[in-house]
Amino acid sequence: MTLTPHSRPPEALTEKPTHYCPGCGHGIAHKLIAEAVDKLDIRGRVIGTAPVGCSVLAYFYMNFDVVEAAHGRTPAVATGIKRAAPDKIVFAYQGDGDLAAIGTAETIHAANRGEHIAVFFINNAVYGMTGGQMAPTTMEGQRTSTSPDGRDVETMGPPIRMCELLNTLDRPYYIERVAIDGAAGVRKARKAVHTAMQCQVEGKGYCFVEILSPCPTYQRLSPVDALGFVGENMKSVFPTRVFRKNGEVVDA
Amino acid sequence: MAERVLMNGNTALGEAAIRAGCDCYFGYPITPQNELTSYMATYMPPNGRVFVQAESELAAINMVYGASAAGKRAMTSSSSPGISLKQEGISTLAGAELPAVIVNVQRGGPGLGNIAPAQADYFQAVKGGGHGDYRQIVLAPDSVQEMHDLTFDAFDLADAYRGPVMILTDGRLGQMMEPFELRPAVTPGTDKPWAVTGAAERDPNLVRSLYLVVEELEQLNLRLQAKYREIESREVRVEERMTDDCDILLVAYGSSARACKGALNEARAKGYKVGLLRPLTLWPFPSARIRELAAKVKTIIVVEMSAGQFIEDVQLAAEFQTEVLLENRLGGFVPEQRDILKRVEGLSKC
Repeated sequence: MTLTPHSRPPEALTEKPTHYCPGCGHGIAHKLIAEAVDKLDIRGRVIGTAPVGCSVLAYFYMNFDVVEAAHGRTPAVATGIKRAAPDKIVFAYQGDGDLAAIGTAETIHAANRGEHIAVFFINNAVYGMTGGQMAPTTMEGQRTSTSPDGRDVETMGPPIRMCELLNTLDRPYYIERVAIDGAAGVRKARKAVHTAMQCQVEGKGYCFVEILSPCPTYQRLSPVDALGFVGENMKSVFPTRVFRKNGEVVDA
Repeated sequence: MAERVLMNGNTALGEAAIRAGCDCYFGYPITPQNELTSYMATYMPPNGRVFVQAESELAAINMVYGASAAGKRAMTSSSSPGISLKQEGISTLAGAELPAVIVNVQRGGPGLGNIAPAQADYFQAVKGGGHGDYRQIVLAPDSVQEMHDLTFDAFDLADAYRGPVMILTDGRLGQMMEPFELRPAVTPGTDKPWAVTGAAERDPNLVRSLYLVVEELEQLNLRLQAKYREIESREVRVEERMTDDCDILLVAYGSSARACKGALNEARAKGYKVGLLRPLTLWPFPSARIRELAAKVKTIIVVEMSAGQFIEDVQLAAEFQTEVLLENRLGGFVPEQRDILKRVEGLSKC
């Protein structure tokens, strides 16, 4: 059997083995971004921003320029880069704590200004790097190290839906939620990531792709069951669909 | 001949930033530095530069971080409570070795304090402020002319040493108007091989402050410390007046030093042998020169608009060779010339 071009690793990905746990969604998300970078032939002018969280080391796997940001400040850093160098393609890669808790203000205001950046939001409903604490997107009743009896919405609030929240703003150009819950989900995610990056090449504006993602370690499930958790439990709270396309709100 | 104009300190600083080649300014409103943010909003875009009003001081300093990582000259400004919010970003800039200019037009504290001039952020500015072992160069102007001139130096020092540089001033210097000479615009160098500009014809660049491997983080720290020792040996700047024959040495910076200059002239006219040492760099601190003078004078009077912060560095430098006294005002008061003079006269009677 010979390798087809499609099965080769993307040039925009380094060949380092990742530090991610078995069954983690980050490696897949990195690969989807790298594939888009290769297909759009922008490896020489793309600048990524890495968050604080499990994916803080994303830059070891991305074979292009990357800036690491302080926790939650990723969209502000990406804004600074893009404003300073408008000819570059700039994206932010963020987890749920980074994007929807400590960095909520930066997220909303970058979207509201319509910054010409793509934001990839890896939502796995839990903090990974710090050891499985409750995230802003943790599901009702989900047990974590800081919600040991399960998330109680009366005292901790319900999981926050960022696509829906950002869709109330005028300036975003494209918003979609996808899920890494199996091969079909990954194919849809690949398309969404490519669309967001292509919009940057075409100078269309702010793009936001939320990727529901498995975290077997802290979702406290086997890798296979974690895919089920994403595909069934998470999708019931975070519906996967296109919210904004070509700057227009898309009806559910 | 240089053009002479009348402007307030905040706008004189803003005009200097534009002339020094500041590509990007990011700010958030806070009194008493608002004239600067407004000036940048008005004059940066027509000059082809970037102005963004950020959603917070946190966002502003992180936009500076992004623009600086992209290889551009970037600046933010704020006043005391806002500077506290920027500390995370300043520490990150230091760790990632990114140049940046941060202006603190100080007001009274702690907490929200008030909007009157103060020097109570001295410790925060010179001892670190944010977390971790880092230093920032701190420049202290005492006139509108220096608000203008030191801004050029701030950008050059930030680029030369790849780190944050703070201009530590106060609400009085920011808002008072004085005639001063405009400096001609400069074109800064753009050779920043570490910047993220796209990995088209080179290996990827990475800007970061996280080093999980302890050996790597120790190496970063050792490199930073070596850089700080180099700055200490090369960049100390002071102004001295009548220190050759003085018995009483006034030590002060910024607005406090202006009051000292008036008191010095009056005291000399009355026959008192008074001198003044005014640091233009608060870090690196002129310890060696203060040590030399402390060996010669009878008394050092430290004048500051804080509760004995600046005096600690003077005492450390003086090494108990002579008495070091504090003359200060708090809460937004500026020391008065007559109070300093009275202190000098009181000493001489003893």
